[in-house]
Amino acid sequence: MNFKLNINGEVREVDVDPETPLLWVLRDAVQLNGTKYGCGIAQCGACTVHIDGQPTRACVLPVKLAKNREIITIEGIDGPEAQAVQEAWVDAQVPQCGYCQSGQVMSAVALLRAKPQPTDGDIDAAMTGNICRCATYTRIRKAIHKAAEARSTQAALNKETQQ
Amino acid sequence: MKSASAPAGHLPSRRIFMQTSAAFGAGLVLGVGCLREGDRGLDVALTDLPEFEPNAFVRIAPDNTVTVISKHIEFGQGSFTGLATIVAEELDADWSQVRVEAAPADPTRYANLTFGKVQGTGGSTAIANSWMQLREAGATARAMLVNAAAQKWKVPAGEITVKQGVISHAASERSARFGELTEAAAALPVPQKATLKDPKTFTLIGRDVPRVDAAEKTNGKAVFTLDVNQPGLLTAVLARPARFGATVKNFDATAAKKVDGVQHVVQVPQGIAVVARDFWSAKKGRDALNITWDESQAETRSTPELFTEYRALSKKPGLVADKRGDLNTAMKGAVRTLEATYEFPFLAHAPMEPLDCVIKLGDGMCEIWAGSQIPTLDQMVVGQVLGITPDKVKINTLLGGGSFGRRATPNSDVFGEAASIAKAVGGKTPIKLVWTREDDIRGGRYRPLYVHRLRAGLDADGRIVGWEHRIVGQSINAGSAFAELMIKDGIDVTSVEGAVHLPYDIPNLQVELHTTATKVPVLWWRSVGSTHTAYSTEMFLDEIARATKQDPVELRRKLMKNHPRELGVLNLVAEKSGWGSPLPVGKGRGVAVHKSFGSYVAQVAEVSVGADGMPKTERVVCAVDCGTAINPDNIRAQMEGGIGFGLGAALYDAIDIEEGRPVQSNFHNYPSLRIDQMPPVEVHIVASGEAPTGVGEPGTPPIAPAVGNAFAQLTGKTIRVLPFQRSVKA
Repeated sequence: MNFKLNINGEVREVDVDPETPLLWVLRDAVQLNGTKYGCGIAQCGACTVHIDGQPTRACVLPVKLAKNREIITIEGIDGPEAQAVQEAWVDAQVPQCGYCQSGQVMSAVALLRAKPQPTDGDIDAAMTGNICRCATYTRIRKAIHKAAEARSTQAALNKETQQ
Repeated sequence: MKSASAPAGHLPSRRIFMQTSAAFGAGLVLGVGCLREGDRGLDVALTDLPEFEPNAFVRIAPDNTVTVISKHIEFGQGSFTGLATIVAEELDADWSQVRVEAAPADPTRYANLTFGKVQGTGGSTAIANSWMQLREAGATARAMLVNAAAQKWKVPAGEITVKQGVISHAASERSARFGELTEAAAALPVPQKATLKDPKTFTLIGRDVPRVDAAEKTNGKAVFTLDVNQPGLLTAVLARPARFGATVKNFDATAAKKVDGVQHVVQVPQGIAVVARDFWSAKKGRDALNITWDESQAETRSTPELFTEYRALSKKPGLVADKRGDLNTAMKGAVRTLEATYEFPFLAHAPMEPLDCVIKLGDGMCEIWAGSQIPTLDQMVVGQVLGITPDKVKINTLLGGGSFGRRATPNSDVFGEAASIAKAVGGKTPIKLVWTREDDIRGGRYRPLYVHRLRAGLDADGRIVGWEHRIVGQSINAGSAFAELMIKDGIDVTSVEGAVHLPYDIPNLQVELHTTATKVPVLWWRSVGSTHTAYSTEMFLDEIARATKQDPVELRRKLMKNHPRELGVLNLVAEKSGWGSPLPVGKGRGVAVHKSFGSYVAQVAEVSVGADGMPKTERVVCAVDCGTAINPDNIRAQMEGGIGFGLGAALYDAIDIEEGRPVQSNFHNYPSLRIDQMPPVEVHIVASGEAPTGVGEPGTPPIAPAVGNAFAQLTGKTIRVLPFQRSVKA
């Protein structure tokens, strides 16, 4: 079946079984491989994308439910929170094997957009769905705090320049 | 220029190769996207000019890019960055000009010097075996650049300095970047030996040099095997028996072949493969297979039976792996004896990237893209399957999404499957074999199940006069390519490492081994033997400490008087954790010290007890002595990661076998540590000028006993059966 999907601001046309998880449509049909397969049952978070701004596990979302919605993947994530997160990630030297990190970044960006000043409890709640077998968790936590701080400084500066 | 004909496939497409050492313009082999035939002599980009390649480990381009060729796979442990740092240091390159590339599969140039004639990564040996080799590689390249400058400027080489990628002659105020001298350097002879730097002058080694791969792993651009796409590529999934040791009796592919996208269904020695246009079609196709299995040779036992068998064996004498003094007499004369039995489950590795391999057959050769951890074995196994010599198996080693030992299989299981499938399908279609997470968790190659029985004899003063340690479990190396290397007099060294050569001054000691056999395939799991020997030895030692009312750190200090490096990390961790200072009510502290893979690690865990009865680790302090610290931040990262890996397994994990079938299948019933359970970790690195040793594994062994000892101190309960989850009560 043909689907027109809105992925990273572009319309992409695919011809797939409507029950195919969005994850595999992204990877195999559209060839966007930044979103990863880790478990297929929404236990590990490696497949996290944003659907209409909400962090979503693409491995359990049939593609038929993704049409008419805004899909953002790691390849297309943008904006001040994303920039802050990705800069903080490199600054804190978060990744080891790196395979889970697309999902981690997507979840972290969604968190910061919802909670610009997350507590450790907020971080736990938002990030426990993302497994890291290399256990980079202490640096993920540190990087989220760093990104929040950088973002809040940036926001304050922006406010100043606007006034 | 020495090496000119590097195999074409492993290098980026925009390179030019020199077929001969003739001047540029004659006899060039052109990479894709560069000069077209007939274009010789025209203006070319700097990136199209020949590179300077003095040895197998470094290339310097006219545009100043320094490419370090890593013979070790990067799967998170930081090998690319660490190895490149060594080269860059001796070369005096600027870190910003350094790139890293995986080496081709070629044991004549890229062997792991610890393994012999085998190229491979494992045993936390990358830095240790590369240290002098890469220092020389970098120093040689530097010497040739200096000589080229000396000749060009007609000044003595001894007056030339190199700093951060710039070569200078102060007296004549001349300087040049590497790229300006590569052509001249390439024409010079390679010196037999080059002078290495005095470590006091290191500018990169010992600093927190940033990882070369952090950015691409943060923006989704890093390419793993699962991400490889090629024209016409088909994806394969393999149906394997549920019971270990079963084989295919017959199968019906009618329904599978009807699934849209399925192109082939083929039988291979390992099972039935469905090959399809994409992963989802392949998976649906496999789900539609009808297979009857021959289980006549399959494993039939369940884990409770294995534990019962092993416990019985632990009460009988085994093969002696280590011996001091006269244990029997000492035990007879002991005033008091303590005894404990420790039990360890099968464990899966579960690297985040499931196992996978891309293979494309050619004429009398094949090409592979995969996270190859032991390329030499992979070449051998694939060669055998395809009937070609190993050198005809070209391997492009990609980033690995974790391994923890799983990607280093002595029989190259994944590569063998891929080759068998490609052979069965025939033709030259690239095939990507994918293991699902269920395939991975249920696929065997586990850390073996073990039972340990320890006995200690104490004298009237509470001193340990006798120590008996019996280990019962499968041999990881039996019947494998590593059997000759790893099994001595019937004892697999990996079964007893960490239990033998105990650093404690116990005059009468015996370590014995019973090697068992099951049809469950087993494998090394991050820190291997130390995953169970550290737990049993460090927990039992604390049982003795509690029984004799001694402080666990004090007891270890007394017993390790003759082991300065163990003592060093113990004292450092005791100091930094505030050992001995009062803790709030409800918190306990535990310590563990363990040497593995040449490195010494001590950890103190601070623990409370949750409502569910489980230990909640609130803080970990870690001291590590790994000789010269190449990159302190990476050492910290590996300690953090090793701790998280060990902690998660100790808290939650077990693979149960039920009548030969693994019970667990995915992260819902084989849980992983998550961010809310990860404690803060403080790492302290012992300053050392010794040769560097590894950090990939040594962080793992001490965490479980440190937590177990803290829990015991707090609750009075010693957890002897792992995982903790099965031993505690709410």
